[in-house]
Amino acid sequence: MGTPRSYQTQAIIIKQTKLGEADKILTIYTPEFGKLKAVAKGACRPGSKLGGNVEPLTHSLMMLARGRNLDIVTQSQTIDGFLALKSDLWGMSCGLYLLELIDSFTVENNGNPPLFALLLDTLRRLCQTDSSEIVLRYFELHFLHYLGYRPQLHQCVICNSPLRPVVNSFSFSQGGILCPHCSEKEPESHPLSVDSLKILRLWQDCDYATAKRVKMKSELSSQLRQAMQGYIKYLLQREVKSIAWLEELRGS
Amino acid sequence: MMISCQPLARLIEAFSKLPGIGPKSAQRLAYYLLHRPGEEAEALAEAILALKEKIGLCSICFNITDCDPCPICQDKERDHSKICVVERPSDIPPLERTGKYKGVYHVLHGAVSPAQGIGPEELKTRGLLSRLQDGSVTEVILATNPNLEGETTAMYLRRMILPLGVRITRLARGLPFGADLEYADDATLGQALEDRREF
Ligand SMILES: [Zn+2]
Ligand SMILES: [Zn+2]
Repeated sequence: MGTPRSYQTQAIIIKQTKLGEADKILTIYTPEFGKLKAVAKGACRPGSKLGGNVEPLTHSLMMLARGRNLDIVTQSQTIDGFLALKSDLWGMSCGLYLLELIDSFTVENNGNPPLFALLLDTLRRLCQTDSSEIVLRYFELHFLHYLGYRPQLHQCVICNSPLRPVVNSFSFSQGGILCPHCSEKEPESHPLSVDSLKILRLWQDCDYATAKRVKMKSELSSQLRQAMQGYIKYLLQREVKSIAWLEELRGS
Repeated sequence: MMISCQPLARLIEAFSKLPGIGPKSAQRLAYYLLHRPGEEAEALAEAILALKEKIGLCSICFNITDCDPCPICQDKERDHSKICVVERPSDIPPLERTGKYKGVYHVLHGAVSPAQGIGPEELKTRGLLSRLQDGSVTEVILATNPNLEGETTAMYLRRMILPLGVRITRLARGLPFGADLEYADDATLGQALEDRREF
């Protein structure tokens, strides 16, 4: 039995680039096949049936046909355009940050259904009035887990001793927390307060409904943000460009 | 095919760097010019040089121009209290062709694109804000593209302009003529419904 010539999949559109005068190359994230590139023919023409249905930050049901190089999007029906997100500068920017993370960390043709579900849930949460800081941190922790970078938060990753309620530190290179003693030998690690560690541990293992009940002051919130985004940058070995934009919006 | 003739190879290479021109077309263009009269090649070369030498950006609106300020900014007949903000110089001719706009323009030279590291600093946003300082401008029309980058740019500009008390408008987003309701995306249809008018 050969592979079918066309198939249907849910997709979240990550980005699009123009191809020639009328076509677009889409980068989409799907549950079964992970990241894919596909051609949306005629999507730039006014009145195209694909047109606005293949904008980034859209959850769609797509029909694709196998192509020689790239598959071809033959139909795309919007399931959720996350309009509440797109009409708000901060919300849209948070959404673009998620898409950049997915695009940077995933490879093509490597399905990860739980990660797809997480991305979808997170985009929906950003449409609600929940604290975007909690939504993003919860996403980052679970995103890293599904990609195999779950940070070890329960015992010192060097000496294995249980962590005491004092200022410990987060070692990006070791992928987890170090006790104060081991921290001294790892000058590159990031100090983490007792409360920060408590919250990270809770979020790593609880469902979102529980996670969002956490109340925190802005100082704690920015500590958590720096720790998580520092770890992400370390793993990626480069800057996440949308972080600079989120910082700019926070400042202005 | 190896091109042994140096000047020809150079020209082919230069042509193939142009958008939409592959090695085959580059070769065809080069051979075509080889067989044309000398004046024709000279005229082409001169036109290309003039493009770089004589064309610059207007110091007021940042549109491309061969005189500064550009003809639109110099035109006393136009309404200088309205500024229409566009992403690219090529967005101006279609707006001019409508014949419905008598104000002036401001060209950003791009749109905010966080994932590509393009922020407001990379665009001509500061020039726009400084044009709004003396109170002579009463309306800013945001005509950035109705896509994610254009929308992000418009929302950002709105945030920056709002405190200045200038009226801010955005081009209506509706259904294109010849569109089919059934296939319209939610964003377009929702906007078209919100922007509905007396009929
Ligand atoms: Zn230790
Ligand atoms: Zn001008």
